[in-house]
Amino acid sequence: MAKTPIKKTKSLRVKPLRFDTDWQYDPAPESASAARIDPQYELFIDGKWQKPQSGKYFDTINPANEQVLSRVAEADEKDVDKAVRAARNAYEKVWKKTTPAERGKYIFRIARILQEKARELAIIETLDGGKPIRESRDFDVPTAAQHFFYYAGWADKLPYAFPNKKVEPLGVAGQIIPWNFPLLMAAWKIAPALATGNTVVLKPAETTSLTALKLAEILQEADLPPGVVNIITGAGKTGAALVNHSDVNKIAFTGSTEVGKLIQRSIAGTNKRSTLELGGKAANIVFEDAPIDQAVEGVINGIFFNQGHVCCAGSRLYVQESIAKEFVRKLKDRIATLIVGDPMDKNTDIGAINSKSQLETILKYIQIGKKEGSDIYQPVCRLPKKGFWCPPTLFTDVAQSNRIVQEEIFGPVLAILTFRTDDEVIEKANNTPFGLSAGVWTDKGSRILNMTRRLRAGVIWANTFNKFDAASPFGGYKESGFGREGGLHGLLPYLNINA
Amino acid sequence: MARTPKAPILPDFRRTAAVDQTGVEERAARFTKRSIKQASKLEALNMVLNMIDLTTLEGKDTDQKVRQLCYKAMHLHDEWPGVPTVAAICVYPNFVRVAKKALAGSKINVASVATAFPSGQSTRAIKLADTRLAVNDGADEVDMVISRGKFHAGEYNFVFDEIASIKEACGKARLKVILETGELGSFDKVRRASEIAMHAGADFIKTSTGKIQPAATMPVTLVMLEAIRDFYYQTGKQVGMKPAGGISKSKLALHYLVMLRETLGQDWMSNEWFRFGASSLANDVLMQLRKEKFGHYQSAAYFSVD
Repeated sequence: MAKTPIKKTKSLRVKPLRFDTDWQYDPAPESASAARIDPQYELFIDGKWQKPQSGKYFDTINPANEQVLSRVAEADEKDVDKAVRAARNAYEKVWKKTTPAERGKYIFRIARILQEKARELAIIETLDGGKPIRESRDFDVPTAAQHFFYYAGWADKLPYAFPNKKVEPLGVAGQIIPWNFPLLMAAWKIAPALATGNTVVLKPAETTSLTALKLAEILQEADLPPGVVNIITGAGKTGAALVNHSDVNKIAFTGSTEVGKLIQRSIAGTNKRSTLELGGKAANIVFEDAPIDQAVEGVINGIFFNQGHVCCAGSRLYVQESIAKEFVRKLKDRIATLIVGDPMDKNTDIGAINSKSQLETILKYIQIGKKEGSDIYQPVCRLPKKGFWCPPTLFTDVAQSNRIVQEEIFGPVLAILTFRTDDEVIEKANNTPFGLSAGVWTDKGSRILNMTRRLRAGVIWANTFNKFDAASPFGGYKESGFGREGGLHGLLPYLNINA
Repeated sequence: MARTPKAPILPDFRRTAAVDQTGVEERAARFTKRSIKQASKLEALNMVLNMIDLTTLEGKDTDQKVRQLCYKAMHLHDEWPGVPTVAAICVYPNFVRVAKKALAGSKINVASVATAFPSGQSTRAIKLADTRLAVNDGADEVDMVISRGKFHAGEYNFVFDEIASIKEACGKARLKVILETGELGSFDKVRRASEIAMHAGADFIKTSTGKIQPAATMPVTLVMLEAIRDFYYQTGKQVGMKPAGGISKSKLALHYLVMLRETLGQDWMSNEWFRFGASSLANDVLMQLRKEKFGHYQSAAYFSVD
């Protein structure tokens, strides 16, 4: 009898869904003319706009088209000294003597003016930084205002925050902020400093100075006493001068781990206090019992929010092997609907990379990933000719030993790894010098509790990602930094506490 | 050697995919951020009109009322040439014959609710008879309701078999299965009911009867669209979607189209696979079309109210 050949069961071949639909969205650009940007900005010192002693200015450009938006003053050591002296003077003569309730009133006023000027601030944030207007409008600006509102409330309630303790401000705080959330980071730094009675010298990042300078205008409008907040612009050298100034009591820094280490070295042996919020390489962990479609959404937002320029971005995806294939297919379908392009278009999901140098860093890592032999996936996107762009990028077939898994890329690049057991994924997730954030996706409550207990990260989200609230503390473990910002915890780094 | 027919592989309906409510609501809200302007809006508005199941499901319905509705379905706004017709009209089974006659010569389908609509509280025999009445009178589509009581009691096989038997009774008519999501209580259960309906042979799944609040919402529709997507990848079969009840404004309808486009894509973007169950949406869309054409709104008095 002839043997009947064993028929291989053919796996079902289904045409992938098509998202290049006949019906397309027309351009829906926000109007740049609703914002005022001056051709040149000076330094904001002692409540006045002052020309830099250096006499130098640098251009700030729109990363989406490389056009110059404005010229910004470059503060040198003398300018920094002037700003710190203004802050010291304001601290001793005015701010220290201002009642807590009065301090609160100023901060509330700043928050309200921020809200009133929300549209203009959102437009400038997007023009200067390249992030989609949807994010500036719906996230950056409202969250910044919320931060001022929140800390305004604490100003006259510090005895309740620290019962039976005597708290006093530190004095002058030097604050250095990054380019990924320019206005929001200014709010994170300034609001708690003012609420606790400190004065401030703030330096925004050199590629994104404009909203901080707009904030200076708001401080003037709010009648904040001169010198309480000084905003000086410049690059790394300006920041170094601020860090090394002998009359600064505290350094608050958000930025790269590399610069964070430099700062720590510089202030070693001084009595300067510091908080550092540094890099990250967050694990986003998806278990097989997770709400899959919502996890897909969380993973997408976790890595592509703000072009991946987020210190807590979920840049390492750990997906349980049993669902890995389906999950990656779903990620690809979702990516097909992301709109990459003009940040001023209200429909844009992924805007421009913040600067040429950052784009080079990202492209370097994409090359490394390819060379390491991982599978790369990028959707077909029509990218503008001018400006700095990177399509959303997935790497699969990746191991812990790949550099794209170990190092912070700070761009829209996701490394996808698989795991089998809970213990395995905890070990892998913690296998990094960073420890800023993590995400856990599972339908099982007990697993969430177990994971949050054993993951070494400052912020752990369960069945969500990238959620921020002024009332919630934020900060890292290990080389992601120390100190907490936000919430009651965020008051501590600006206070001396005596029994 | 005789071959035994392959039994269809069915999932265990007690273990359908988990759905996180917060995540669904956030995703649904995100669709509403898309800004639909200019030609894109015009195209979408016409698409919406063409996807409407113009509905009357009232105790006071009469032959006259149904005929008037049919005329409206064919002549939405004769003043402007080129306005599409709606996809179907939706009536009780006893009006199918009237509607069929009134719509003769048009491409508009007649959909009939059936199976002891809206509660579904009756015997299988009556539900089958109800369905056959509609189909024999010429219904092109049947909108059945599931037995929510049995579903809540965990009798998924009962619900499955009922849908399968109604599907059989439909013959060539396409079957829309109404889950009545407003009575299901959670997105997990919406997902489960969707899977049961699709595996049992639904051509469409539909949110609501319109008699229970909440009726269609964007989040619940999203859960069902995602179930359709997964079912498609598992089986290769396309299933349609019909949100019904509570969609009366063009802007909301456009949000639904955005959701459809970004969840299922091109192959679902027609009235073959997507419908709006609505009675007053058409006039709002006409009003918006008028505004796009002439730059200003016109009074509601210029749009007929059949």
